[in-house]
Amino acid sequence: MTATHDPTIPPPRRLKPWNAVEKGLARVGITGRMLVLIAPLIWLLVFFLVPLAVVFGISLANKQFGRPPYTPLLTSEEGTVQLTLHLNNYIRLFTDNLYVAAYLSSIRIAAIATIITLLVGYPMAYAIARAPDRWRNILLMLVVLPFFTSFLLRVYALTGFMRGNGVINQFLGLFGIEPIVMMQTDFAVYVGIVYTYLPFMILPLYTTLVKLDVSLFEASADLGARPIHTFLFVTLPLSLPGIIAGSMLVFIPAIGEFVIPSLLGGPETLMIGRVLWDEFFSATNWPRASAVAVAMLLVVVVPIMLLQRAQGAVVEK
Amino acid sequence: MRKGWFLPIAAALGFSFLYAPIVSLVIFSFNESSLVTVWSGFSTKWYGELFSDPQLLGAAWLSLQIAALSASIALVLGTLAAIALVRFRRFRGRTLFAGMVSAPLVMPDVITGLSLLLLFVAMEGFLGWPQGRGMLTIVIAHATFCTAYVCVVVQSRLSDFDRSLEEAAMDLGASPVRTFFDITLPIIAPALVSGWLLGFTLSLDDLVIASFVSGPGSSTLPMVIFSKVRLGVSPDVNALASIIIGIVALGVLAATIIQLRSKPRDRQV
Repeated sequence: MTATHDPTIPPPRRLKPWNAVEKGLARVGITGRMLVLIAPLIWLLVFFLVPLAVVFGISLANKQFGRPPYTPLLTSEEGTVQLTLHLNNYIRLFTDNLYVAAYLSSIRIAAIATIITLLVGYPMAYAIARAPDRWRNILLMLVVLPFFTSFLLRVYALTGFMRGNGVINQFLGLFGIEPIVMMQTDFAVYVGIVYTYLPFMILPLYTTLVKLDVSLFEASADLGARPIHTFLFVTLPLSLPGIIAGSMLVFIPAIGEFVIPSLLGGPETLMIGRVLWDEFFSATNWPRASAVAVAMLLVVVVPIMLLQRAQGAVVEK
Repeated sequence: MRKGWFLPIAAALGFSFLYAPIVSLVIFSFNESSLVTVWSGFSTKWYGELFSDPQLLGAAWLSLQIAALSASIALVLGTLAAIALVRFRRFRGRTLFAGMVSAPLVMPDVITGLSLLLLFVAMEGFLGWPQGRGMLTIVIAHATFCTAYVCVVVQSRLSDFDRSLEEAAMDLGASPVRTFFDITLPIIAPALVSGWLLGFTLSLDDLVIASFVSGPGSSTLPMVIFSKVRLGVSPDVNALASIIIGIVALGVLAATIIQLRSKPRDRQV
């Protein structure tokens, strides 16, 4: 057989050592797949899953003075191992009004902020999806850019904007309007969440909206639907996966938010992330902080599952 | 479909909402007065003050090192995870693995921080490692959540490239490892660059997780900024913020150009 080789393409070289290594490993039952999987799998087990288990374990301990500042779960004495589980942290969570109020108000604040973010983000995502091709990437970059800019610094930028003598109030002063108190209110927390999480809402919405078939809108219009009806009965239902994914991407982290309520909110702005932080850093009650974390996980587990399903739908279509 | 004036106006308002606070922050960083919101003349003195603050400079250096290290670890782990998820259709524990990869994306920071700290304390008790907390523990924590982001970026790139190229290489006798380094790696390289940059900026930005897992003497830049900001607005933070925003803007611009150049027909996010 006369092979006519293209001179620009070097003939294939078999990398013998690698093949040998692979064969050797295969003989002891290790496949290439396992080698790819093993590092991320072990890392995530040790530094993601096990820590959550540790949190659950310590939430069943009691605070004590010493290092570490919690009682051990297992104690051994004269050959008997004793497992001591304290449920008092969880009992406190349900009986102490502070915790119940903090959970409810976190859910309320996160939900309201998510709805506002959706109302602000949807028209933006829609406008980007309908923009001419060459504009689209630039607009998308403008959406993503703030997300890369420090979260902390963006929240800080808002404080300069909303303070008593901040930019907004100075602007209003030009028209003779009295300064409005915005900082240290729940309003400031809403603005903070909308401001910082807007990109998370826009991106999945854009991804679903840009894939919608334009002929559907044309068909709807041809059949006599007014634009608002086309939007309500065609566009909106078809973009539902994007709406769910975007909303969950805002709602879940907003529930546990710490920076925004502590920089923008007032002393009465109760959020569970802040409660956990104070429990840990101020009260140094690690078991109580762990119980708060476990309860917070239970609150976000349903939204996380919703997100997983919606993300599958966003990507597949 | 045309929606008339509503969409452009809504988008314009939305973008001004996103950018107005940042622009005003940058403008006021050049303000002479220490009253941050009253303009009293152009000055760069706050920038000068920044560079004579050893605490800030030390924290910035520490943060940059942590960010580079954790982004690099995350790059390797995230790429491997993405390959496993895209290429291995079925394997035992796939659901668990996929869940563990994507959960850190949405996990509230306070939970991630607390859980890792408790793990480190428990490990120190049982194994004697890691001794105390500091740079090492922050790097581990950051690498873990950055892995999730790298994985998402690489995954999207891997799932839309032409597999026949790899098959051709293997048909010609290249081993899977060689195929990976000669074919796959060059094709996904842009995604690796943007994944690394994403991890780098996220690590540089993190306040909550670092606060939990850092030890005495290892305050990162966001921790120092947070303690300053908590006391009120200070003009040198404005200057620092402007510098960081400038660097990040340049970085994102570069990453976008790299991605657009390498993928001219690209229509995905």
